[in-house]
Amino acid sequence: MRDETMREFQVIGRPTVKKDALAKASGRAEYADDIAMPGMLHGKLLRSPHPHARIVRIDASRALALAGVRAVVTGRDFPGVRYGNLPQTRDYLPLALDAVRYIGEEVAAVAAVDEDTAEEALDLIEVEYAPLPAVFDPEAAIAPGAPQLHPHAPGNVSAHTEFQFGDVEAGFAQADHVREDVFETQPVKQGMLEPHACVGLWEPSGKATLWSCKMSPYVVWRQLSMGLDLPPGQVRVVQTYVGGGFSGGKQEAMPMDFCALLLSKRTGRPVKLVHGMDEVLTIGHMRHPMKIWLRTGTTRDGRIVAQHCRLLANGGAYSSIGGFSIFLAGAMLNLPYRVPNIRYEADRIYTNNGFCGALRGHTVVQMCFARESQLERIAADLGLDPLELRHRNAIQPGDTTANGFRVGTFAFDECIDRVAEMSGWREKRGRLPKYRGIGLGCGAHLSGARLMGHSASAAELRIQEDGSIHLTTGSTDVGQGVETVMAMIAAEVLGVDPDDVSCTKVDSASTPVDPGTFGSRVTLFTGKAVERAAEDARTQLAALAAERMGLDPGELVFRGHEILNRNDERQRVSLKEIVRYGAFQRGRLVTGRGVYAAGDEKIDFRSGYGNLSPAYTPTACVAEVEVDPETGHVTVVGLWGADDSGTPLNPLAVKGQVIGATVMSLGHALYENLIRVDGRVMNPSFRDYKMPLATDIPPLERFKHANVLTWEPEGPFGAKEAGQGAGTGVVAAIANAIHDATGIRFHRLPMTPEAILRGLGRVPEAKESAQ
Amino acid sequence: MNDLVPVSLLVNGVRYDAAIRPWRTLLEVLRETLALTGTKRSCGEGQCGACTVLIDGRAVNACLYLAVEAQGKEIQTIEGPAAGDPVLAQIQRSFATKGAIQCGFCTPGMVIAARALLAERAQPSEDEIRAALVGHLCRCTGYVQIIEAIQDAAGALARDAAPVAARVGS
Ligand code: FES
Ligand code: FES
Repeated sequence: MRDETMREFQVIGRPTVKKDALAKASGRAEYADDIAMPGMLHGKLLRSPHPHARIVRIDASRALALAGVRAVVTGRDFPGVRYGNLPQTRDYLPLALDAVRYIGEEVAAVAAVDEDTAEEALDLIEVEYAPLPAVFDPEAAIAPGAPQLHPHAPGNVSAHTEFQFGDVEAGFAQADHVREDVFETQPVKQGMLEPHACVGLWEPSGKATLWSCKMSPYVVWRQLSMGLDLPPGQVRVVQTYVGGGFSGGKQEAMPMDFCALLLSKRTGRPVKLVHGMDEVLTIGHMRHPMKIWLRTGTTRDGRIVAQHCRLLANGGAYSSIGGFSIFLAGAMLNLPYRVPNIRYEADRIYTNNGFCGALRGHTVVQMCFARESQLERIAADLGLDPLELRHRNAIQPGDTTANGFRVGTFAFDECIDRVAEMSGWREKRGRLPKYRGIGLGCGAHLSGARLMGHSASAAELRIQEDGSIHLTTGSTDVGQGVETVMAMIAAEVLGVDPDDVSCTKVDSASTPVDPGTFGSRVTLFTGKAVERAAEDARTQLAALAAERMGLDPGELVFRGHEILNRNDERQRVSLKEIVRYGAFQRGRLVTGRGVYAAGDEKIDFRSGYGNLSPAYTPTACVAEVEVDPETGHVTVVGLWGADDSGTPLNPLAVKGQVIGATVMSLGHALYENLIRVDGRVMNPSFRDYKMPLATDIPPLERFKHANVLTWEPEGPFGAKEAGQGAGTGVVAAIANAIHDATGIRFHRLPMTPEAILRGLGRVPEAKESAQ
Repeated sequence: MNDLVPVSLLVNGVRYDAAIRPWRTLLEVLRETLALTGTKRSCGEGQCGACTVLIDGRAVNACLYLAVEAQGKEIQTIEGPAAGDPVLAQIQRSFATKGAIQCGFCTPGMVIAARALLAERAQPSEDEIRAALVGHLCRCTGYVQIIEAIQDAAGALARDAAPVAARVGS
């Protein structure tokens, strides 16, 4: 351990109340739907009722004739430029042009004096469709003769990834034991409570401003400028409070965003659009449903010698970030284990369903479910303790994986030991009564991916003459507590309190450009930039103070809003005095800048080789369940998790992140499933799309989480990610616990009461249910 | 569309008179007509609890409640002056200090639910707290810190109510 871990911190590591907590607790936080502007109109979107059709004609004249309707726009009113995340995946349009490819796709938008009128007007827009044959299942979609969705994607292949490391054939030849299993996962939604919402204002000067609840406002900014065919300087995106994101539509520009702006241009008024929850649950960005074929070879004593994975992802009608999604599943295939020989082949297939994208844990969650379920079977085949099997294969700090991840801190062995101890694994495993079981699942996550394109973060920090600090970054607080943590970092460096540091929300016109919030990148990337910006300011302050005090800058320390002579602390000067001295006497304003660029190396997506992230978080989870054999109902009676998130900067926020991620995965394991029949979502409401409730989590004394502390040198003050890793092992932990309780091995999610009863032989095998 | 009816609503002790369409929900009228946007609109159909307000002290989903029905009743929303309601103020503090607030979109509804619960049971058990939250979704926190916040608020209020001598050491 480096001695920095021994350092005493004034701010870092203390449970710190979120800056916006009281504003949120008293209803004062302004979300996008709370915005009202004089003369504001309300917009609504008309959606396709067909999974696949050509648009023959749109006639909006009757809608326009309705009293209170101010404008209608269709795809023809936009420049016809496709936009998207990566150059090769630009398949989005602001509104459908010639064809629709899923039920719910946006074809027209109305602005009216109120929502009711806009809604009424939608019924008056006549769209003539020529239905086309549709395909919903990825295996059917790649079969010869299948309906084709996009001219640029023959065979409906939206993205393909394959790579190989080591000698896979030789690896399997060495193996004493080889297992092959197929796992299937379901579409899952973000489930954030705040529906997407935005207000657009197109000023006569040509400036187009969008206020919206975006996690990555700069991605939206670029996409808007692309789809509107405007220079970026003419577009401005202002972030509001974000009522939960978890990736998805708050990560990108959506049709509503384009329409709010164009409708504003047409009417000269600000225009607000808010999705209904039925729209949120119908449209894109669900977690990719996958079919994962996994083959693993081990030695007799349980060492993994080779892994081969084939994956087929049902991507839905558009790309979103899907190309990266399937790359990531393969890149993370073996983490947290040492696997010398790996082969991975994955296809993401276009189908006439709502499209898929990123969602907390991204595709790591599905992969962990498959791998950890299989490892459990391998342990049973070999007669090994599941904990021991994990220990034998655990990645160790300092390892370089077969695909080139350079792992720094990685206390995976300790995580396993901690969950075993907390859960009472050794006393319980094999000793629980019938229908009660305990299971283990492990996983890992990145602290931000080094993506091609934009992956650096920046921070700017200004010290005002009253000693208060104004910090700007391009990262967004989506509830995880970024503003608080960034303020803590700046406060620690400058010897002040987090309350002295104010943060702004992102405004593309004034904050530093930033990729935004995803991939658990903010604490590390932006945190490091803030640390450097604060250090830059401290250097400037020290120079001024040294001048003033007749000392060398190296002799100064910053503490308690003061700058002190380290050798004689009686000699001190207040921070604000120095700021004023600099500004008034010397004409020097204290403004710190910092960037974090994660090195120059870039991952080559074709080979899949390279160090994807500056740091990696291992995690282990134990679940204990009770199964009711009469109803098939599963009660999760205990959940214990352990993560190596480095050194938590704000333990209060870290706890919220890991518990939140864990419960989300509990929903993924047991309840959540967007049911689609011929492309139609059958359960687009919170009544029918069931997410975990307060009554679904274990009692507090049996729901615990531990941070195994390490000091990650790449991270700010030793920190790594905390918001996603913790959820990755949970699904498999529950699956393995259900197996322990009932003997039923689930290869398909979610593990519903019906499926349990089927497994117990209580109800006959149902006909193949729709996916 | 001009069949407006007059309504008179008592919200947080303030009387508001407005003309609305008779089918408008209390949620719509609070947010759009009275510009009280602290109460959140999420599912719009009684499933998530984000829109919870107190009507005569009872927690209801404002998205399912017609504004005209709320006449003659006392409506309390999250904007209610915490200064006049020490229990509400304590719940808000406990939510903040226990980390029960992430994105905050469920928070107004959760805080109001907790207010109704503590009015009914000053010292609820963990199971009673869970049961009281069953109509409320939170996608961020996983509920643990919300339950802890309500326990904390109940404890703090009990300590405040206890005689000074009994508080020593707490
Ligand atoms: S908005 Fe009223 S219950 Fe969800
Ligand atoms: S804090 Fe985000 S939904 Fe509860």
